[in-house]
Amino acid sequence: MAREVHGMVEKRGMGLWLTHVLMIIGVLVIFFPIWLAFVASTVSQPEIVRPPMPIWPGDQFLENYKAALFSGVNVPVATMLFNSLVMAVGIAVGKIIISLLSAFAIVYFRFPGRNIFFWLIFLTLMLPVEVRIVPTYEVVAGFGMLNSYSGLIFPLIASATATFLFRQFFLTIPDELAEAARVDGARPMRFFIDIVVPMSRTNVAALFVILFIYGWNQYLWPLLITTDPEMNTIVMGIRQMFPSGDDVADWPVIMATSILAMIPPVIVVISMQKLFIRGLVDSEK
Amino acid sequence: MEKRVTFKGWLLPVCLIAPQVFISAVFFFYPAAQAVWQSLFIPDPFGLSKQFVGLGNFEFLLTDRFYRASFLTTAIFSVLVTLVSMIPALFLAVLADRLIKGAGVYRTLLIWPYAVAPAVAGVLWLFMFNTRVGVVSWYLGQLGYDWNHVLNGGEAMGLVVVASAWGRISYNFLFFFAALQSVPKSVIEAAAIDGARFWRRFFTIVLPLLSPTTFFLLVVNVVYSFFETFGVIHTITSGGPQQSTTILVYKVFSDGFVGQDLGSSSAQSVILLIVVGLLTVVQFKYIERRVHY
Amino acid sequence: MATVTLKNVKKSFGPTDVIHGIDVEIADGEFIVIVGPSGCGKSTLLRMVAGLETVTAGDIHIGDDRANDKEPMDRDIAMVFQNYALYPHMSVAQNMGYGLKIAGLPKDQIDAKVGEAARLLQLEALLDRKPRQLSGGQRQRVAMGRAIVREPSVFLFDEPLSNLDAKLRVQMRLEIKELQSKLGVTALYVTHDQVEAMTMADRMIVMNGGVAEQIGTPLEVYESPRTLFAAQFIGSPAMNVLDAEIKDGSVRLGGVKIAPTDAADGKVKLGIRPEHLKPDPSGPIDMEVQLSEPLGANTLLHGRLRGSEEPFTASLPGVHRTSIGSHQMLKLKVASEDIHLFDPQTGTRY
Repeated sequence: MAREVHGMVEKRGMGLWLTHVLMIIGVLVIFFPIWLAFVASTVSQPEIVRPPMPIWPGDQFLENYKAALFSGVNVPVATMLFNSLVMAVGIAVGKIIISLLSAFAIVYFRFPGRNIFFWLIFLTLMLPVEVRIVPTYEVVAGFGMLNSYSGLIFPLIASATATFLFRQFFLTIPDELAEAARVDGARPMRFFIDIVVPMSRTNVAALFVILFIYGWNQYLWPLLITTDPEMNTIVMGIRQMFPSGDDVADWPVIMATSILAMIPPVIVVISMQKLFIRGLVDSEK
Repeated sequence: MEKRVTFKGWLLPVCLIAPQVFISAVFFFYPAAQAVWQSLFIPDPFGLSKQFVGLGNFEFLLTDRFYRASFLTTAIFSVLVTLVSMIPALFLAVLADRLIKGAGVYRTLLIWPYAVAPAVAGVLWLFMFNTRVGVVSWYLGQLGYDWNHVLNGGEAMGLVVVASAWGRISYNFLFFFAALQSVPKSVIEAAAIDGARFWRRFFTIVLPLLSPTTFFLLVVNVVYSFFETFGVIHTITSGGPQQSTTILVYKVFSDGFVGQDLGSSSAQSVILLIVVGLLTVVQFKYIERRVHY
Repeated sequence: MATVTLKNVKKSFGPTDVIHGIDVEIADGEFIVIVGPSGCGKSTLLRMVAGLETVTAGDIHIGDDRANDKEPMDRDIAMVFQNYALYPHMSVAQNMGYGLKIAGLPKDQIDAKVGEAARLLQLEALLDRKPRQLSGGQRQRVAMGRAIVREPSVFLFDEPLSNLDAKLRVQMRLEIKELQSKLGVTALYVTHDQVEAMTMADRMIVMNGGVAEQIGTPLEVYESPRTLFAAQFIGSPAMNVLDAEIKDGSVRLGGVKIAPTDAADGKVKLGIRPEHLKPDPSGPIDMEVQLSEPLGANTLLHGRLRGSEEPFTASLPGVHRTSIGSHQMLKLKVASEDIHLFDPQTGTRY
């Protein structure tokens, strides 16, 4: 997005340096908690409980991460990472698929009840899962879906943000393309698979990033429905690693787990930065 | 807006829309209706029967000292989170916008916290301010300030606000930065020719042009602080001390799951539902206006 | 190859009638241009033939079959859209072969047909490109190619040149016409540009307000327009139309005899094409020139008739820089075979 022409209003010399200095200070302040967590994940427990803790990484990196990944506190962190991955991918893929289908139906067909469907789906935009948490829990329990991946995934798919987004995008596909496809002999599903879905690629990718992070970062819902540690996701599992009562927490392992918990979403966000920013700005505005 | 070109038939579209309708009905509308229904009853302590009380639960809630306190707590919390997340973000975005080179690098670094889950952010900040091992609390102690958010409600509030706002700074930065980049260069240059210096230009030209983004972020951040900060509060304070950080969503959880008071919890859900509804209406009014903007 | 027959074809959108009953028989291999101003129903008519719009009343036959209820793909037609409607994520070759792929043709046959069409249209070097990497003219050719590979009986063109610049339009006009006559395929071509209609059509349908004002060859429409609308729409600059009167066997303009006629006495609309006016010191038409536009080969003179407020245009061959300035008076004459008389009430030709 860098502009090529810079006119008289650009800062030069001192001002520019000052801007850089301020910017770096800002980045350091924002980054400090992550850095500290990383340092804590590389030192030994005695070094932490004797404040102040060191400010540079220690030599316990491998030990701490090995301990976290393969032993953990209640359950190996590797298990929790896997659960989180299934949940995040499940939510992202599930929501993208059902949203593509329903948006296609709403945009490209006129059928009885279409407007009612549209508004019903639209209503779900309004309410985060936190608001209807108790009855949703009862429904999931009633289906015997506690401690299951489907229980983690399905209730969080029931929102229309993605449907709404795809609807907006489909409306921008020129009518003539659908007509050309009809002349070419494409039936509706053929048109959907050959033309609409490939044209939605960038939207799908951007949405995947956003939904992956949404799913990965869920806390309350997994907290409620995964009572079995084997089903814990990593984000909610960290809290379970704190001891009850007065025992001292195993900080190096907890901090290693925290770092592990943020790596996948950070990788996704950084590597797909352009798509993600476009998706974010498009979907929220 | 409607498509001019459509396909014929009704069976296929109904099949296409069925998965979403089914999932929404089972996991959304039914629970939401249940919440409304349950809010009209008081279950007996053993959960064997329940008694219809009409709007009794609501009446009780609105006169309940703790619930009203929770409302106030939520209001303070969301105002603070919104301010603490937006002002630094705007400042950083203005700085980044002035840079010719390197803005992209800073942006990449600043995005990080957005990807960090609120609950994990809670753990990170808890670690820094932990009364036993926290680095920041230790240095504060050296300076003669005895930090203890476990006992001090004000400090607890401060800590959950900062921990909640932290990841949002990234989010707000992205929006402000994008908005600043789209401010027409010629407008700024015209103001410069008119003799306005940087800060003057910023407050009289740039800030007004940013107002759509600012308003949007205000609404979004308030919604965020209402609902998505649960993880932060649960990890850092569990609503304490003395309920000083019990926001409304947290109270729905603690009354419903910890206290097992389903009637009251449902009534609280319904009240929250109304609050979100109002916020959404505000947001859509605004989006509608944008369309004509 | 096929004939196309429209019998009293009508179209309504809800209570609004947009096409009021069109009858036309199109011969095999004929190039028909449907021309008219925007909103006249010409695109709707074409889209009904394509099967993209339903027919409210009447019959459409393509070949010997009634096509009203057939899907577009079953009508043996191909269509070129105004915005080309190329699939943006497919290569040129994939765009051209998509219809064949759906029809289930084996890949080697698709490749052969696409290759042949590409050769015909000089697209061979571009087969692997995506539409966004092509120029407007190239996209136009791909859209044509997509139509050709289907080997349809009827080509349908919906304002295919309106997004091209003027020079390219002239070139593509020739290419399309040439291609059509080479392939011998019946074509229906919609445009609002009367020059395209004149130059390309075997016969044209002049449409206005959902009605076919005239169906005929370009010269028929030019030389004897059946209605005032057809008279003014075809020909550039547009025909002058004046209120006149017939008395004692001659057309009179403000009492002055313009030309002899055998029509009955009464009020008429008099039409004179600007290019049919000739300077003549003793001519009966008295024009006050307000503006002259030298075009090189000829000069357009704009002004009005003496004693009248109605605009009047004359087109004289050559350059008239010195002889005719503005606000000069000019005497003109017109041959009696070059005047057109219309009924002032109905607008139809006498």
